[in-house]
Amino acid sequence: MIHFVILISRQGKVRLTKWYSPYQQKERSTVIRELSGLILSRGPKLCNFVEWKGYKVVYRRYASLYFCMCIDPDDNELEILEIIHHFVEILDRYFGSVCELDLIFNFHKAYYILDEILIAGELQESSKKAVARLIAAQDSLVETAKEEAGSISNMISQAI
Amino acid sequence: MNPFSSGTRLRDMIRAIRACKTAAEERAVVRKECAAIRSAISENDQDYRHRNIAKLMFIHMLGYPTHFGQMECLKLIAASGFPEKRIGYLGLMLLLDERQEVLMLVTNSLKQDLNHSNQYIVGLALCALGNICSAEMARDLAPEVERLLLTRDPNIKKKAALCSIRIIRKVPDLAENFLSPAASLLKEKHHGVLIAGVQLCTDLCKVSVDASNYLRKNCTEGLVRILRDVSNSPYAPEYDIAGITDPFLHIRLLRLMRMLGQGDSDTSEYINDILAQVASKTESNKNAGNAILYECVETIMGIEATSGLRVLAINILGRFLSNRDNNIRYVALNMLMKAVAVDSQAVQRHRTTILECVKDSDASIRKRALELVFLLVNDTNAKPLTKELIDYLEVSDQDFKGDLTAKICLIVEKFSQEKKWYIDQMFKVLSLGGNFVKDDAWHALIVAISNAPDLQGYSVRSLYKAFQTSSEQVSLVRVTVWCIGEYGEMLVNNVGVLEVEEPMTVTESDAVDVLEACLTRYSSDIATRSMSLIALLKLSSRFPPTSERIKEIITVHKGSVALELQQRAIEFNSIIQRHQNIKSSLVERMPVLDESAYIGKRTSSSQANIVADKSSQPSSTATTLKFPNGVAKPPAAPLVDLLDLSADDTSVPSSTSNDFLHDLLGIGLTNSPSSGIAPSGGTDILMDLLSIGTPVQNDTAPKVVSSNQGFAPTTKPVPTTIQVMDLLDGLPSNGSLPGSQTPVYPSITAFESSTLKIMFSFTKQPEKPHVNKIHATFVNLSSDAYTDFVFQAAVPKFVQLHLDPASSNQLPASGNGTITQTLTVTNSQHGQKALAMRVRMVYKVNNQEKSEQGQIDNFPPGL
Repeated sequence: MIHFVILISRQGKVRLTKWYSPYQQKERSTVIRELSGLILSRGPKLCNFVEWKGYKVVYRRYASLYFCMCIDPDDNELEILEIIHHFVEILDRYFGSVCELDLIFNFHKAYYILDEILIAGELQESSKKAVARLIAAQDSLVETAKEEAGSISNMISQAI
Repeated sequence: MNPFSSGTRLRDMIRAIRACKTAAEERAVVRKECAAIRSAISENDQDYRHRNIAKLMFIHMLGYPTHFGQMECLKLIAASGFPEKRIGYLGLMLLLDERQEVLMLVTNSLKQDLNHSNQYIVGLALCALGNICSAEMARDLAPEVERLLLTRDPNIKKKAALCSIRIIRKVPDLAENFLSPAASLLKEKHHGVLIAGVQLCTDLCKVSVDASNYLRKNCTEGLVRILRDVSNSPYAPEYDIAGITDPFLHIRLLRLMRMLGQGDSDTSEYINDILAQVASKTESNKNAGNAILYECVETIMGIEATSGLRVLAINILGRFLSNRDNNIRYVALNMLMKAVAVDSQAVQRHRTTILECVKDSDASIRKRALELVFLLVNDTNAKPLTKELIDYLEVSDQDFKGDLTAKICLIVEKFSQEKKWYIDQMFKVLSLGGNFVKDDAWHALIVAISNAPDLQGYSVRSLYKAFQTSSEQVSLVRVTVWCIGEYGEMLVNNVGVLEVEEPMTVTESDAVDVLEACLTRYSSDIATRSMSLIALLKLSSRFPPTSERIKEIITVHKGSVALELQQRAIEFNSIIQRHQNIKSSLVERMPVLDESAYIGKRTSSSQANIVADKSSQPSSTATTLKFPNGVAKPPAAPLVDLLDLSADDTSVPSSTSNDFLHDLLGIGLTNSPSSGIAPSGGTDILMDLLSIGTPVQNDTAPKVVSSNQGFAPTTKPVPTTIQVMDLLDGLPSNGSLPGSQTPVYPSITAFESSTLKIMFSFTKQPEKPHVNKIHATFVNLSSDAYTDFVFQAAVPKFVQLHLDPASSNQLPASGNGTITQTLTVTNSQHGQKALAMRVRMVYKVNNQEKSEQGQIDNFPPGL
């Protein structure tokens, strides 16, 4: 299973974290610190896997962002690379050539998309279209709710 | 509610945080935002609640504490609208984890949402439950999830299936409830549902044997059909990745088949064909295809596959190994480790390639390859492989040297067929990576050298040479110091020169130079320095011309700031100045270290019962404390006798002498209790002298050194003589025994059962040889205390027995106390008949009467 997903920028800033195994707040920061040190220092031609504390971390760099997933040692590393790419492609379709800034300002949307791809650290959907349809349907639900709401809610919807 | 207290928008807050140039600025912005959010929370502001949670999630991601927002998430979840719930559940998953008790409060909302009419709200609840549910929640909500597995909507079905995975991981007992709905998911057409369903079945197999039997019986056929369909499927744009339809589904199906085929030949045979098809037909030019092949190979390795199929799998790995993509090579190495167990010969064919991977620039690949090489070493290839690895050690990265040296040490220890080869390889490792060699590896080397009399000269000369070039390697330095201390004269006199050696001349003062350098060098640690001090003391008696210089070196360290060094220096100085007459015997060469005992000690860190090396054949001549001066001929050093107080059937004068012996032979023991205070008493010095590495003192150091006369360890116990001597307080200069000899008999364990142990020790007045006083000690080995304990004994007619009152009739549990009792036994046929005794012990355990009896006929002869 996937124990956690982390997106870190080239500078070591965290852009997204999702924990499927229990980690306390303190452990989370140590994990992120250790892994960003380990992964960011690796050269471009090296393999996309690092062994870490009995787990394996599969990472892949897209522009300035590193997508990292931590898995059990007997999981399929190559498949995880495909899952990462699957996620990135869906983000790309949703945002229209996604960039780091999209993920910073719309981080909650990135989480919504991830929640349609993974649950309990396991893959949920292999069709990009199906994910896009589900996200679109839920977004429109939110839109309708906003329109129905009064003037104050309008203010809120602008805010988010 | 105050409509004007809305604070900033989420976007503005993110912008403000991003604009911060220093961490302090960022903290200030976050503090301000958090303060605003807190006050909004305390005002119970509803309209901005979801915006506040969104902000908190961002703040949380930056690593700031956000616990105060947890309750707000629950309020959002409890709201009726989808937008609120959506952000509420997201916040719940981000800000909480399963260990927080707040989470229990959400169970009810989750239950309502799982029964909601809106499929998206049900989806949110399932997603949250699947990601963070705890065992309690899993139990509470399992029925809901089970029901949702049977709904028609695929979106809910797949989420419910994944959620079930979390539930059975948390509470495996619930597995059987999910079994039949999980099996029915495998009949679906929707890929998302299939993927989730197959994964659920895999997890069910992991937690329950019943489940795997059930699925094996009912679903194998269906799984094969799905895999055949998906792998033969024409182009399907929705699921296509690099020309392959849904590799994710492929992989999950292969994984489940592995679970079902493991150890089951029928199922394995049934899936044989489809595996062969996948293994041979899948394109391997893209990652997705390779991922499938990789999984397929693992499945073939995991099941009872035919040999043809295995060959196919190994060939795929061979192709992977020669691939230029590092990822593919990495997984190939990973899988070959599993393949070694299945077909080691086939893996051996790739040895050269694997060995190249050990030298790869990629640390992950190196590590994998090294693990694999280690598995591939056998008697025939150990030498070339070791040579390759050692050559590489010279040029490898610093961070890799630790792993590499550890593995090389293991290999040379395990596969050495001749001692010289082992010693040579270890010297190379010490010279190249001595700083990374683990303590037990170099300890083992010392034990090996000590056991190879014909290689000791060679060893000390090689080490001396190696030291000249690699004196910065800690463990090389330590081994060198130890060997010079022990075999210094072999270095100087070129004893036992092998043909391969180049002649070299080392003077006595050269040898002392090495030790002095190690002692005074800034980079040496305390343990190395302590070892150097001992070695110097030893040399001072072997090389008389240098003794003056050594004395000076030692004197300098009497003022050392390191307590350990100071103490040793003072003690050694005292030996040199006041006890010349015993010095040479004190600093005698170490007895041969017992290899088997050392190995035993390494394997079980428990206090090994060290039996001195029986093969060393201690001289049978009566050895009093009159040691010959000068070099003794190993291995029959007189000290061996001194040490030969083997713990079995011999007289053990004090209960601690076992530890003492342990220390004498122990090399750098760390598990013995260390007193920390400088203990007084002569034997401590002896202990220090003879121990290698980190100093260890038992705080109950025995004050007696006993030597047994003419004692051959394999014979039955014979009378031995105790001689008490205090090394520092002088010893008769001739070292001979005091005039009157008191016969001493070894203690015996008179009786031992699983619950009770009785030890006898004996004293006898010389003028009354037929009267024995026996001190009996009773120990309770069980975990229950004994009360009303009575000991009874019966003896043959020619013996008279008198029992003194016992010290107590209560015997505490688990050896936490003893009862002692004195018996006076008069043997009227002393010298003709041996003692014998029947004993009976009566006592109460938890007020239940119990008795044990036995016969004692292992009395030492002569009583």
